[in-house]
Amino acid sequence: MTTNVMYDHPGPRARMRNLIYSIVFAALLVAAVWWVIVILADNGQLTAAKWKPLIEAQNWTTYLLPGLWNTIKAAVISVVIALPLGAILGVARMSDHGWLRWPASVIVEFFRSVPVIILMVFAFQLWFSLVGTSSPLAAVVIGLVLYNGSVLAEVFRAGVRALPKGQTEAAVAIGLRKTQVMTNVLLPQALTAMLPAIVSQLVVILKDTALGGILVGYVELRRAAATSASNYQNLLPTYVLISVIYIVLNLTLTTSASVLERRFRRGRKGGKVVDAAAVGSVVGEVTGDETR
Amino acid sequence: MDFSFLSDPRYDVLGAFWMNVQLTFWSAIGALILGTILAGMRVSPVPLMRGFATTYVNVVRNIPLTVIIIMMAQVMYTQLGLKLASRTPGEHPQIFLNAQNFRLAVLGFILYTSTFVAEAIRSGINTVPPGQAEAARAIGLKFTQVLGIVVMPQAFRAVIAPLASVLIALTKNTTVASAIGVAEAALLMNTLMENEADKYFAVFIVIALGFVVLTLPIGLLLGWVAHRATVKR
Repeated sequence: MTTNVMYDHPGPRARMRNLIYSIVFAALLVAAVWWVIVILADNGQLTAAKWKPLIEAQNWTTYLLPGLWNTIKAAVISVVIALPLGAILGVARMSDHGWLRWPASVIVEFFRSVPVIILMVFAFQLWFSLVGTSSPLAAVVIGLVLYNGSVLAEVFRAGVRALPKGQTEAAVAIGLRKTQVMTNVLLPQALTAMLPAIVSQLVVILKDTALGGILVGYVELRRAAATSASNYQNLLPTYVLISVIYIVLNLTLTTSASVLERRFRRGRKGGKVVDAAAVGSVVGEVTGDETR
Repeated sequence: MDFSFLSDPRYDVLGAFWMNVQLTFWSAIGALILGTILAGMRVSPVPLMRGFATTYVNVVRNIPLTVIIIMMAQVMYTQLGLKLASRTPGEHPQIFLNAQNFRLAVLGFILYTSTFVAEAIRSGINTVPPGQAEAARAIGLKFTQVLGIVVMPQAFRAVIAPLASVLIALTKNTTVASAIGVAEAALLMNTLMENEADKYFAVFIVIALGFVVLTLPIGLLLGWVAHRATVKR
């Protein structure tokens, strides 16, 4: 429901009232901003020496760009593995065979309820004992793949479930096998409906790479920036900068997805869209996925 | 598998999980309050408030939680001197730091989680068909009445399931507090991995099952409540 159906078109009194609210709120905002500036100035955060390193080429080539590259590398590898894994797990959970459905359900439910950072710490040790070398990148990727593969499995399942039943019935009626029904009829249609949910999962993956810098020592953007900040003695400006980088990356991802989605849906007849928040309600259970 | 570390007095497994529960409890209350205020702003007739709430949600939601939590400790406290606990003279400084870091972490979780609470509430309002509000206006109700008597009671029922999801995610997110040294389960797991490296599988099973035990009841209980409360259309 859009907000404007909730109140009538404002008359002179309502306009006056809204104007007063606007002015009061604007005054509060300005006061808050001024207060922040005063605090920053009092703590010596607004000096050129603190902010200049952000535009120094050496800072970028030594710390920030390698960190950003590591963040993107871990995210891309995780996505490339997690998407097919999620599709396989999601299809397995919808299988007619109990021996396939049950293990898939247990795997999905288990890895969805364990925090990613726990998975990363475990993966670090697992990799060390199996391969014999320590690899923070492997720990980050394994942790992200296990978690997001399971979440994407649910997204795929919700996407297929949201399709009209007639699709399956018609496919079966013309004599397609179960595999063909899934791969030729259901999945291609479900994919467009799932696009928004998949993209919000990509944003989650990108943000979660930062978990790798806490306990398993992966030098992603945040950890690289922390080194840079202690070198240049400018914690606040550096953290502001990496926050902006993350926001820009994630907003670009979200915006390009909605453009893509609109192009996909053009010329198609409706069909439900599964967005991340709706996955739980479509599958009919409470999940904890969309916030991560 | 060797679970002997469970009876080792050096490792307080239950205490670590209790810390996660406490972090979740206080953050959930704070996030619910701030999130409701933000959601209210997003549907308000004042454009400036709508703009502020939208900007806040889109900015904070896109910053990794790790960055927010570490910013709380290193920027807010170390650089700007934000103190949330008081230091009593003669006391061990670690006691002050523990209280301080706990509260900073809770503040960080509140700032981050409130954006998801706001989105959940807004999506709940969106599930109420426009005809409900239109009919309410047609019989002459005011904005507060439309919202309070007609829209909110229906929206609240639709909001239980997404809010439960946010709560589960928050429970798992409290592990990020390990980044600023709050003694919770993820930090304990890290210590265990270093000291008892040979039992890493048993350690993982214990910690992971701890989170399954924490999150599963929330999901089942609130899922059942949400199912019962849904407005059948």
